[in-house]
Amino acid sequence: MRNHIRFILGNETIELRDIDPTMTVLDWLRLEKTRAGTKEGCAEGDCGACTVVIARPENGRLSYRAVNGCILFMPMLDGCQLLTVEDLKSPDGALHAVQQSMVDCHGSQCGFCTPGFVMSLFALYRNEENPSDQRIDDVLAGNLCRCTGYAPIAAAAKRMYDEGPATNDRFASQEADMVARLKALEDTETLCIEAEGRRLYAPATLDGLADVLTETPEARIVAGGTDVGLWVTKQLRDIAPAVLIGRITELRRIEETDAAITIGAGVTYDEASSVIAAHYPDFGELIRRIGGQQVRNMGTIGGNIANGSPIGDSPPALIAAGATLGLRRGSERRTMALEDFFIDYGKQDRRPGEFVENVVLPKPEPGTHYRCYKISKRFDQDISAACGAFWLKLDGDVVAGIRIAFGGMAATPKRAAATEAALMDNPWTEETVEAALAAMEQDYTPLTDWRASARYRMTVAKNLLRKFHAETSGPAMPIRLVGEGRLTHA
Amino acid sequence: MRDDVRDNIKAERITGGVRESLRHDSAHKHVSGEAVYIDDMPAPAGMLHAYPGLSERAHARIVSMDLSKVRAAPGVVAVLTAADVPGVNDISPTARHDEPVFADGLVQFHGQVIFAVVAENRAQARRAARLAAVEYEDLPAVLDIAAAREKGEFVTEPLTLTRGDAPAAIASAPHRIAGRMAIGGQEHFYLESQIAMAIPGEDDEVLVYASTQHPTEIQHMVSHVLGAPSNAVTVEIRRMGGAFGGKETQGNLFAAIAALGAKKTGRAVKFRPDRDDDMIITGKRHDFEADYSAGFDDDGRIAGVEFTVAARCGFSADLSGPITDRALFHADNAYYYDAAHMNSLPFKTNTCSNTAFRGFGGPQGMVAGERVMEEIAYALGKDPLEVRKANFYGGPGRDVTPYHQTVEDCVVGEVVEQLETKADYWVRRAAIREFNANNRHVRRGLALTPVKFGISFTATQFNQAGALVHVYTDGTIHLNHGGTEMGQGLFTKVAQVVAEEFQVDIDKVRISATTTGKVPNTSATAASAGSDLNGMAAQAASRTIKTRLIEFAAEHWQTPRERITFLPNRVRIGDEEVPFPTLVKAAYNARVSLSSTGFYKTPKIHWDRSTGRGRPFYYFGYGAAASEVTVDLLTGEYRVDRVDILHDVGRSLNPAIDIGQIEGGFVQGMGWLTTEELWWDDAGRLRTHAPSTYKIPACGDRPKIFNVELLAGATNREETIYRSKAVGEPPLMLAISVLHALSDAVASVADYKICPRLDPPATPERILDAIERLNKASRGETA
Repeated sequence: MRNHIRFILGNETIELRDIDPTMTVLDWLRLEKTRAGTKEGCAEGDCGACTVVIARPENGRLSYRAVNGCILFMPMLDGCQLLTVEDLKSPDGALHAVQQSMVDCHGSQCGFCTPGFVMSLFALYRNEENPSDQRIDDVLAGNLCRCTGYAPIAAAAKRMYDEGPATNDRFASQEADMVARLKALEDTETLCIEAEGRRLYAPATLDGLADVLTETPEARIVAGGTDVGLWVTKQLRDIAPAVLIGRITELRRIEETDAAITIGAGVTYDEASSVIAAHYPDFGELIRRIGGQQVRNMGTIGGNIANGSPIGDSPPALIAAGATLGLRRGSERRTMALEDFFIDYGKQDRRPGEFVENVVLPKPEPGTHYRCYKISKRFDQDISAACGAFWLKLDGDVVAGIRIAFGGMAATPKRAAATEAALMDNPWTEETVEAALAAMEQDYTPLTDWRASARYRMTVAKNLLRKFHAETSGPAMPIRLVGEGRLTHA
Repeated sequence: MRDDVRDNIKAERITGGVRESLRHDSAHKHVSGEAVYIDDMPAPAGMLHAYPGLSERAHARIVSMDLSKVRAAPGVVAVLTAADVPGVNDISPTARHDEPVFADGLVQFHGQVIFAVVAENRAQARRAARLAAVEYEDLPAVLDIAAAREKGEFVTEPLTLTRGDAPAAIASAPHRIAGRMAIGGQEHFYLESQIAMAIPGEDDEVLVYASTQHPTEIQHMVSHVLGAPSNAVTVEIRRMGGAFGGKETQGNLFAAIAALGAKKTGRAVKFRPDRDDDMIITGKRHDFEADYSAGFDDDGRIAGVEFTVAARCGFSADLSGPITDRALFHADNAYYYDAAHMNSLPFKTNTCSNTAFRGFGGPQGMVAGERVMEEIAYALGKDPLEVRKANFYGGPGRDVTPYHQTVEDCVVGEVVEQLETKADYWVRRAAIREFNANNRHVRRGLALTPVKFGISFTATQFNQAGALVHVYTDGTIHLNHGGTEMGQGLFTKVAQVVAEEFQVDIDKVRISATTTGKVPNTSATAASAGSDLNGMAAQAASRTIKTRLIEFAAEHWQTPRERITFLPNRVRIGDEEVPFPTLVKAAYNARVSLSSTGFYKTPKIHWDRSTGRGRPFYYFGYGAAASEVTVDLLTGEYRVDRVDILHDVGRSLNPAIDIGQIEGGFVQGMGWLTTEELWWDDAGRLRTHAPSTYKIPACGDRPKIFNVELLAGATNREETIYRSKAVGEPPLMLAISVLHALSDAVASVADYKICPRLDPPATPERILDAIERLNKASRGETA
């Protein structure tokens, strides 16, 4: 076991031992390193003022990811380069292209959110060229600005490429060297950080994880930390002993066969989105709207399932697609239909010491239809009031298979069994749909809360079935407001 | 005031003079993380951290409070309660003594501060603050306006405005409408939370760094709470990370507790609440219910109108008096009411004490006024824009407001006419009707609404400002004034004024932190008046020094005064040109004072609240916006497709900053009217207390097409600083066009025959409700 964290801050290699393993990167930067450029706006990963960038070797290059420093635990930095707003200026004091572009476009007013925007833009600048307007909005969805109204910031996101190509900046010339330095930090030892009575493990292999969980079955499994981070920053909960799965390569894999896509429990939303979108465009569109880019860069589909939240967006989408879940304890593995994992509010079919290993998403068969709808007050980076996913198999015009799953409508992500029964074996017509709607009230008894009233949730759930029907029958018509397929469907 | 700046500009021009689109003075520091906010300042040795303990009841007597576990917690140095206040346990900004620092025996809202922990670090203070054992005896809680109407208790005196005989005019009019509108509140969501850091000094002295729009008030509150004179307390602020009115009075609590902790422990104390606690503790934009009735003719022209606006003020008065007054001052928006009767009902409730927020009640009044226009349009089957235009101020006998101020500077007709063309309103109106007739699930809407907003504090005494300017012997200038920088670019604009006055490049003017030690007795940076007031004060200070320099030069160079001209970075004295630093050095050697204060008070204004008459506003700012939206009829979701804005800022001091204020204000107003929903549960707990639950606009919500222009050829008929106009608040209300565009889209489901009465915030749920209501009504069912 290794008892210290190793990473590179800017250009400086850092080794930390005896550090509180649940200290956040934001607190470490501000309190220990007096790097005060990175701000705390909300301490829950929603405003992006704390955005920092972590770089990791990927296929011989560095991949840059904007993340929320406020809910990132220090051991999560192991093996990474951490870049903060202080790292961007050249040694001669010149602003980086991203910074200069923000200045030129009048992209800051009060300036408090600005370092976070700069870092999100920096990751974009390093990773991509010529982002579309939609892509810019998506990358900035996790950064809130209350002053500018965003137009000048979005303009800066275009203009930054005119300041000079990303292939020419200081980070490009240092890339090969940084990849080598980071590679040299890699090992297969389990990391074990302990201080102030808190212990956290970060195994590098699946076997290492199985070992930790066999010895410490009560250990809290933490993937991206985008939910558990808030237990620490908001509820002041002690989550130790905990085990991080982010270093485990086997869990970060996506495997594709002719029939299915297997997504490891450590795969982030961002990593999964393109392969999912290729087969289930609407599921891809749903992922585009989960959290901000920072959350999609850390949060995992496995974590979204394992924490059992009734308002997670990926479970209904996966259930409708007919996904199965793979669980493992020690060397013992089992699989189940994903919907069976969710037993009740806060209760899942996961035994002590057992962990989610993967989720298997079957590829769509020809002649099937699939749609997801996320309903929230704000399109981007909002938790759903209701999230509905629909899968339909038609035999001619008759419903030969139907799966409807909702989040936000019950204590767990849940199938609409009665509604499905009312639709099954009937012609896929407006009349059938209208007749089936009443069954929705047997399936769900939603709650009223700050996201929506019970009445709205029920009304919108019914209307989404109508929408699904409209989108899968008859002529194309304007029906979507956002995303790639906006305003028309085929 | 002279308005001859252009005469000084020959071929050469200084950099950073007035009218230049200079970038924000701190822009390069914002983007590099080098701009220092209070939480970023190096900590004084031994600094402690304060954290509050909050009430867990909306209204209750405290039966007992056991803080022994709090005191015993790791790192705790002190615990502060009402008993530890050496001065007065009150931070009411209006001297009503209705707002304690620490609740003393009685809690009046869920989240009220009862005590504070002071500990070695912030995490320890936060943990300790959760260990209190408080026993409550619940009292009946008044949580909303409906309950407040029953209880009938006010936090401050209501206002009545009367002009003509409105009931009679309504009764005798050919047509009438009446209704009630609920208008949601709004959280400021400044990105930098409230914060204060207090450093104890000698004797009774204390230095407080506070994120505040009103350092002088912080000074007074700290002084009262400590029982120390004002001259013992110095308050300083270089910049805030956003404020929007939320740091006009709401910083008092944090500064008072930090100062108390500092004097009690003899060590520096910083107090920064977590975002959730900030949102729970501090006041917000007031939610309102507005009752309206109007009588009008066949053209939609109003004969008489009545408004009664009820506001949820919270447990204390704070600024609710002037806020509810301003709601009445703006219920006319840009429209002439031949007869008007208006009342405010500033209700006391057991919720956080609502406060200033960009617009200061004006938006709520205006949105109610615009509802009346909409109702009239539906009643007559007219386009709402026609009704609006029929009612604009202007023309003989149509220029007096319900508060008896004559509107002398109305350009709303011109603004709206230009915008109609720029936005192609009527062509798009027809295209949208066509689109809607052919689409079942998605509908579009369009609306063009005007803004007229009164500039000045309605409390006349606040319309004063001071500045302090030093010229050093190297020709560089130190600038200080009573205004505070919260991102709005005030410091940049005032520095531009000083650069222009001395004709030196802007980089010769050093901007400095606002501090009560340099400029005393200041007003809040609020009411959009920051550059109007402080710009004039800085100009006055500059001119005093300039006059001394001219006097000196005339004597020293034996040249008539009229032959002395300030040219860019130099001064022409007769036929000679002298670099500015040379003149300054020579003046110093001749023992000329190179430092001056400057003072300004807004002329012409007066207001008699008891009679509801006067001229509360020096002038008005105008603008108009046309918004187009698309609504999903199945879900109530919507998107803002295009916005065109034309706004009057007079002769702009800095067009780039003004456009930034307009765009930012618009999007903030759009948030208020659309996705930003405050939600309290039955126990009076605010459940939308973080960005995860309270949704301000995100990047993707901004209008996809966003055309913003300043009114060309505009000026200010009053003698404001370089004839500019205030810009902070008015643009927020341009977003009313979004609410009305949404309403227009919804109305399509009943063939535009029924006024949708869409109340803000128009969340997807509210939109779908309205759609269902109109669907039912058009099918002949009862709504």
